[in-house]
Amino acid sequence: MFAAFMTHTWIAGTLVAMVAGVVGFFVVIRRAAFAAHVLPLGAFPGAAAANLLGVNELFGLVAFAGLGVLGIGQLERWGRREVATALWLAASLALGTLFLSMTRQYSQQVYALLFGEVLGISEAAVVSVAILSVLAIAAMAILFRPLLLDSLSPELCQAAGASSRRMEIAFLGVLAISTAMVLPVVGALMVFSLMVGPASCARALTDEPRSAVLLSVGLSLATVWSAIALSYLSNWPVGFFVGTLGALSYTAGRIYRRFAHPSAALPGRETP
Amino acid sequence: MTGLHALLAAVLAPGFLANGPVRTALIVGGGTGLVAAVVGVFTVMRGQSFAAHALGDVSSAGGSASYLLGVRPMLGFIGMAILAAAGMEWADIQDARERDLVTGVVLGAGMALTALFLYFDARSGSASGAAISILFGSMFTLPASIAVPALGAGAVAVVTIGALYRPLLVSSLSAELAAAQGTRVRLLGLAHALALALAVSLSAMTVGAILSPALLIGPAATALRLARRPGPAVALASLLGIAAVWGGILLAYDSYYWTPGHGWPVSFFIVFLIFLGYVAANMASGSRTAADVSRAEPHCSRCEQD
Repeated sequence: MFAAFMTHTWIAGTLVAMVAGVVGFFVVIRRAAFAAHVLPLGAFPGAAAANLLGVNELFGLVAFAGLGVLGIGQLERWGRREVATALWLAASLALGTLFLSMTRQYSQQVYALLFGEVLGISEAAVVSVAILSVLAIAAMAILFRPLLLDSLSPELCQAAGASSRRMEIAFLGVLAISTAMVLPVVGALMVFSLMVGPASCARALTDEPRSAVLLSVGLSLATVWSAIALSYLSNWPVGFFVGTLGALSYTAGRIYRRFAHPSAALPGRETP
Repeated sequence: MTGLHALLAAVLAPGFLANGPVRTALIVGGGTGLVAAVVGVFTVMRGQSFAAHALGDVSSAGGSASYLLGVRPMLGFIGMAILAAAGMEWADIQDARERDLVTGVVLGAGMALTALFLYFDARSGSASGAAISILFGSMFTLPASIAVPALGAGAVAVVTIGALYRPLLVSSLSAELAAAQGTRVRLLGLAHALALALAVSLSAMTVGAILSPALLIGPAATALRLARRPGPAVALASLLGIAAVWGGILLAYDSYYWTPGHGWPVSFFIVFLIFLGYVAANMASGSRTAADVSRAEPHCSRCEQD
């Protein structure tokens, strides 16, 4: 399991888990669950296109995740947000189908992109994952306070001079970058589970934002490490373990909250 | 006449209607387009687009398990979708934020199972390409024997919606109003969820699990944008749904002649037509004068709310 060829996997997995833990916390408190599900899936044709053109997968992923942020923003002006998001997703997945049908190893590639692939991560991939994770963490560190304020009370944030809309775009931008780096490791369908499972559990365990972020990162690391280890031992797909562990940590958080604070309201944006 | 013939010959590639798989695809796909559009109007009005999307994904766990168990994929899709729809309706979470999270987590868990089942499918070697046909659909490989059960399941969904049309409409616009009128809102929600599950499974079988929400949401959202009242919206959505599916099948068939070697996937064309329709409808209605919009407001203000 700790053989030389697994070194890259462990490094990339660790970086991915850290970013997912931090960004996931904001996904949970900003009610961005649908966006966090759609951006990774919408970025998936980017990887397919990159394969087709023979360039680095990450470029395609970043480009399509960025396009997703812009596209959803544009469609959103016309009507309901969730309709806009769902249609954007469908359109980009359809493009992905087309690109993938043009490549040769159709089936295996689809499978790896959707459900993750932990073996055979190259040194170059580790370097680009590292660069993107430094970017994402730095952006989150700068945005931490205004974003937290905006998530808890948009009015207060506006009074402090930060535009709520600009915050939303900035956040979606960070989400896009982290999506692009998390996707190749855990798979497009599982990015969401990794972001939301540990983070929602952490939020249920503590109300203090800083400790919640740390806890979220810790749980996310535990999820990824055990998923890699279990996948290595059983040969089952890593996506299966990430999805299951994500659901388990969410459930654990719910159960804890029900027994520890039966009636306490959690901090977060009020529902309209 | 000769001009018409030439046009038809150019659009309908040779052998289009005589081809067995194409005919099955036209029948099952057309029926699916109709059912998905009718159910979709209520799904969009009730703000359950994400739920519809999640159901499609979760149903793929059933589809992939069916290859392992050796039963019809349709049974797997429907079984899993009904299970998930009933579960989501039973959990009945009022807080929208929490509902999105739960939906997403259920979706993640469902896809985790799909990943595992597809892995077993691939290892058993009995179903190569199962991943593709489950996730992205394979309309031209549907067996002819599927037409009757598929249309039957679709009929159940449409009849359910038709029988509950008025109360469903009222409760979609305002749950409080429906409850005040003595409607059993939860029972109604469950009935809608079951119809949704059937429509999602049919869509998953035809255009694939992860593309299935397009058939449900796209024509319905386009029609709600163009028609001001629910009745015409349902009719228009059905037409758009059928047109998108048939148009997609035709283009996919024709694409064998444009592209060297192999055609483009049929699901790609269907979803793309739906997406184009939605964009075009919004461009058209966006250019209406402000007076038009404000006059139409009383009908539509509720359905545009989040």
